[in-house]
Amino acid sequence: MVTRRSWIGWQFTGPFLAVFALVFLAPIGYSAYLSVFRTKLVGGTGFVGMENYTKTFSDPQFWEGVSRVAIFLAVQVPIMLGLALLVALAIDSGRLYGTGFFRVSIFLPYAVPAVVATLMCGFLYGIRFGLVGSLNEGLGLNIPDPLAPDWILTTIGNIVTWEFVGYNMLILYSGLRVVDTALYEAAAIDGAGQFRIIRAIKLPALRGPLVVATIFSIIGSFQLFTEPQILKSIAPNAITTYFTPNVYTYQLSFTGQQVNYSATIALVMGVATMIVAYLFQRRSLKGVD
Amino acid sequence: MTAVPTIRPAARRPGHAPAPPVSRRPRARSRTLTVVTGVMVIYTLLPLAWLAISATKNQEDLLGTFGLWFGGEFALLENIGQTFTYQDGIFGRWMLNTVLYVAVGAGGATLLAALAGYGLAKFDFPGRRGVFAVVLIGIACPSTALAVPTFLMFARMGLTDTPWAIIIPSLVSPFGLYLMWTYATEAVPNEILESARVDGAGEFRTFFTISLPLLAPGLVTVLLFNIVATWNNFFLPLIMLKDPDLFPLTLGLYSWNMQANTVGGDVVFDLVITGSLLTIVPLIVAFLLLQRYWQSGLAAGSVKQ
Repeated sequence: MVTRRSWIGWQFTGPFLAVFALVFLAPIGYSAYLSVFRTKLVGGTGFVGMENYTKTFSDPQFWEGVSRVAIFLAVQVPIMLGLALLVALAIDSGRLYGTGFFRVSIFLPYAVPAVVATLMCGFLYGIRFGLVGSLNEGLGLNIPDPLAPDWILTTIGNIVTWEFVGYNMLILYSGLRVVDTALYEAAAIDGAGQFRIIRAIKLPALRGPLVVATIFSIIGSFQLFTEPQILKSIAPNAITTYFTPNVYTYQLSFTGQQVNYSATIALVMGVATMIVAYLFQRRSLKGVD
Repeated sequence: MTAVPTIRPAARRPGHAPAPPVSRRPRARSRTLTVVTGVMVIYTLLPLAWLAISATKNQEDLLGTFGLWFGGEFALLENIGQTFTYQDGIFGRWMLNTVLYVAVGAGGATLLAALAGYGLAKFDFPGRRGVFAVVLIGIACPSTALAVPTFLMFARMGLTDTPWAIIIPSLVSPFGLYLMWTYATEAVPNEILESARVDGAGEFRTFFTISLPLLAPGLVTVLLFNIVATWNNFFLPLIMLKDPDLFPLTLGLYSWNMQANTVGGDVVFDLVITGSLLTIVPLIVAFLLLQRYWQSGLAAGSVKQ
């Protein structure tokens, strides 16, 4: 801080805040407004108080979507972050041939749009043509159809892992780069092996970056949309119209014409995501300065 | 600010380009570790290899030959030609739209984030704490959750199905602001600003002539991540746009792929594949060229409590 208290700072932050108000605060306010109304077939739009909220919380389709993203969060995120952690540690160890190549090529899928990643996966996993089909035919294997209803969530997990493992690796890797190398030297002099150094120095240093990566993953899981939405056009039997909460709100606004109800669910999920992210962040940074 | 991890510029010496990764104590390289990590590289590169190979095949080979090897005919140029001429060359239009959305959206988002981040880092002003709170909410609030409400609001304002419907929401990147704020705190020394003031330079003049160059490495990284976010955007265009002439590449490819589902629709998987390749090449090239920045730049990176 270099200035006395003055209004000049507003001239710098003002433009951002103006747009922020328009695309963040106003939609939140508008959907809160919409959520207390309902359009009925008879009688037009009327005030319904908390009715849309009680409907949300007793809607089995809403809960099915929520539990699906919760399962996704519990299974896919640890696998993805675990892989990202292993790769980050491997690259940081300096024991790889071609470190730069590893860093770039594992990060590269991040540059691929989710649309392209999902379309590719649709082709690759297609039973009719595509790799799984060729493998089954050529080698006489019997790999189950990744686009069948039982496997589709796993397939989505695979796509998301592919897209973001490198990004998370980068977050963790950057966390490792700021560790003072003198610590490793001191540990080595004390006779600590690689695994001991990882446990005693590197993992504790990664606590903050891991929290950040996890929070992004929580947000990503709760808001899952693009992958299921596109797979829906490739494997219509496997993806329902309420597969995830976002798929459901999309369906409600654009096919179901239930705008008020859709805004309610969007709001509930937005708030839920923020609460979960906040609680996780508070819990996991407890005791850190 | 103790509850939230803060992010520091990777350039440990403020004001300099990010240092190249420091070469650590030479250690024995390990073949085993390289091979094991190599499995991960195969996992990440295999689909891209498949895409590149498939883009060289004609429709017949695409269905009839093994995915990871070339077909009988090398049809890449024909495929590219067809992609750009199909439906009166709408693919080129999508590409230009994407470039427009990215240039204005991601460029604008980066500028706004830089101004605001710098403002927060270098000035004390009434309501500063309130701004922090708002930004933190913005980071935690997923933009996809806001997509449908934003659509409903924009529909009221008559903004849907116009380029503004894509550009305006792309202009705000709370996380970008956060990164710029932490970066500016360290990268712009207060002494320089003070001496500029003594010389009578206005604050905005100082920002553009003195501070901006110092912020450049952080700026490039934030820009790169904003570009990816805008280039890859799908949910927002999907709900905002009806007119195919306004589609970005992602939505256009989706619509081509959807044709196979409609009765009597033209099945153009070969064009979807070539189009996908053309969509990702610019971003991959950008990432390869700007490695120096995103690898050692902030990259949502060097996070410390």
